[in-house]
Amino acid sequence: MSVFAFYLFAISAITGGLFTVISRQPVHSVLWLILAFISSAGLFVLLGAEFVAMLLVIVYVGAVAVLFLFVVMMLDVDFAELKAEMARYMPVALLIGLVILMQLVMAYGTWVSAPLASDLIAQPVPADKHNTEALGLIIYDQYFLLFQLAGLILLVAMIGAIVLTLRHRKDVKRQDIVAQMMRDPAKAMELKDVKPGQGL
Amino acid sequence: MIQADLSIVLPEIVLALYAMVALLAAVYTGKDKLASTLVWVTGGLMVALAVWIATGGNGSQEAFGGMFVDDGFSRFAKVVILVAAAAVMIMGQDYMSRRGMLPFEYPILIALSAVGMMVMVSAGDLMALYMGLELQSLALYVVASLRRDSVKSTEAGLKYFVLGALSSGLLLYGASLVYGFAGTTKFAGIIQVAEHGHMSLGMLFGLVFLISGMAFKVSAVPFHMWTPDVYEGSPTPVTAFFATAPKVAAMGLFARVLHDAFGGAIVDWQQVIVVLSVLSMFLGAVAAIGQRDIKRLMAFSSIAHMGYALIGLAAGTEAGVSAMLVYLAIYVTMNVGTFSFILMLEKDGKPVTDIDALNQFASREPGKALAVLVLMFSLAGVPPMLGFFAKLGVWQAGVDAGLMGLVIASAVASVIGAFYYLRIVFYMYFGASEGEVEAKGSPVLTLGLMASAALMLIGVVYQFGIDGAAAAAAATLVN
Repeated sequence: MSVFAFYLFAISAITGGLFTVISRQPVHSVLWLILAFISSAGLFVLLGAEFVAMLLVIVYVGAVAVLFLFVVMMLDVDFAELKAEMARYMPVALLIGLVILMQLVMAYGTWVSAPLASDLIAQPVPADKHNTEALGLIIYDQYFLLFQLAGLILLVAMIGAIVLTLRHRKDVKRQDIVAQMMRDPAKAMELKDVKPGQGL
Repeated sequence: MIQADLSIVLPEIVLALYAMVALLAAVYTGKDKLASTLVWVTGGLMVALAVWIATGGNGSQEAFGGMFVDDGFSRFAKVVILVAAAAVMIMGQDYMSRRGMLPFEYPILIALSAVGMMVMVSAGDLMALYMGLELQSLALYVVASLRRDSVKSTEAGLKYFVLGALSSGLLLYGASLVYGFAGTTKFAGIIQVAEHGHMSLGMLFGLVFLISGMAFKVSAVPFHMWTPDVYEGSPTPVTAFFATAPKVAAMGLFARVLHDAFGGAIVDWQQVIVVLSVLSMFLGAVAAIGQRDIKRLMAFSSIAHMGYALIGLAAGTEAGVSAMLVYLAIYVTMNVGTFSFILMLEKDGKPVTDIDALNQFASREPGKALAVLVLMFSLAGVPPMLGFFAKLGVWQAGVDAGLMGLVIASAVASVIGAFYYLRIVFYMYFGASEGEVEAKGSPVLTLGLMASAALMLIGVVYQFGIDGAAAAAAATLVN
């Protein structure tokens, strides 16, 4: 049964990946990408990593792919032109790709795990912990340093985005919260006694 | 346990916390008006940390289960990185604020990038390596395109980002192969399985991909294509930064990975490094000849210099690593001086980078011209200057390791390369027409230029004990 499920998810992941690349409509590409993500989530479930699987669905499908969809719909990219550009370099790219593929096949073909490797496998999941808890123990304890560094990297990304895009425009009226709070009916309104037939 | 770990990474924590506090302080108070002050404060803090690291700490300590290593090698590299970053940042302050392109984020990004570099040279694990590298690079991508109104600067940032992402991909792919075949990401574990003769083909592939990724960061040929464009397009103070601290960090990381993780397989990586080194030296020497822009010229110069530094790494010995460290320290000093000079060059308040403008500079500014002459001779490796002794050190290590061919090739390349350094001197003293460039700028730049030139001369007699420190640092890495 699980073998059947594995092949099902594996085939749909590969199909999704393939059509992401070759489909003509960018929006369809994103939809195929979602299929690839969901199938990979299925594979993670089969591995017993249900937390990672859920993260993949929530973060990648729920947020990232939807963002992609928006970007693709809003950007006016001429994909036909891009494809023509690609076709020019295709022969070279194919040649290099083929050479690297052959080399990788050679490398994987001689798969021998190094003699001491099995002793070094870093983190077996403790038997009495389910994998969300085990993941938490690793990330917040052993990989604490990496976790914090990842936070710093995100901070740099944020600062960078602001430095490179924020423009202070003088001609725009901005919200002044203090001024808003200090306003009261006495300052904001003025009562006028308008005589009939005269106006202000 | 966690407290002991944290005390080992304390310098990094201090710098990262400072960056965050400075960010908040600047956002809530003066914003860009605080920028110049922040540059000086950040520079001061970096120098203080360098002094702290240099004087405190001895022996080799590991934190977070071997993920972070604090040893003589990392301390030496960190001191050079911090001092170089502080010097270059302070040098650029006047240039940037006069042209209204100094956002307060600049010193903060440089500080965070320095944190990344410190993690890089201390990495004891493939994941820590990657995190440090990305923290460093991401900040560099941003500062490269700091002048967002200039097409060249934006192009430089984008080019650097896209190619940098590609190289990170290569590096990660290599790391995943190494992890797959070694069963661990820790260097201490990898070195147990990575022995020459017993290394599986997959591991070798991983090693080659890792080297490609790191060669991109040190801009060794054939992974150098981004360098001239990024150097030319970035604001000059940022270019000066690129040419100094990040190079030291990347070379430190290179040495760290090759010796700490693959120290048992020197024969396997030695040939790759030799090829990188020869190609870098020759391309750097030949391609620079046609350049008329001094920033592009310095880009090719940095490619060539990384080639010479790689000789020390290719030797695969303790003496080699020590010579490489000395080379880097001297290279950084020379670049601080040279870029001080480039930052001064202007005409009617606009920066000038064309080397023709230097014609007859010596008749107008004899003192500065003399200092530049000393620096150019030193960069070229002409004997009485310190730059020659840097080259001599790596050649010595290369000969001792039996790399005679590499050393001869490098001597040839250095003769070819001398042409373009000496051409600058020729223009300054014997240029045909009168150039129009002025050398203005704050006293800091004059100080940087003069001090660096003086070091090139004084250092010949007495190298400030850097040899001993580098040898001790190398001894902790190679065993």
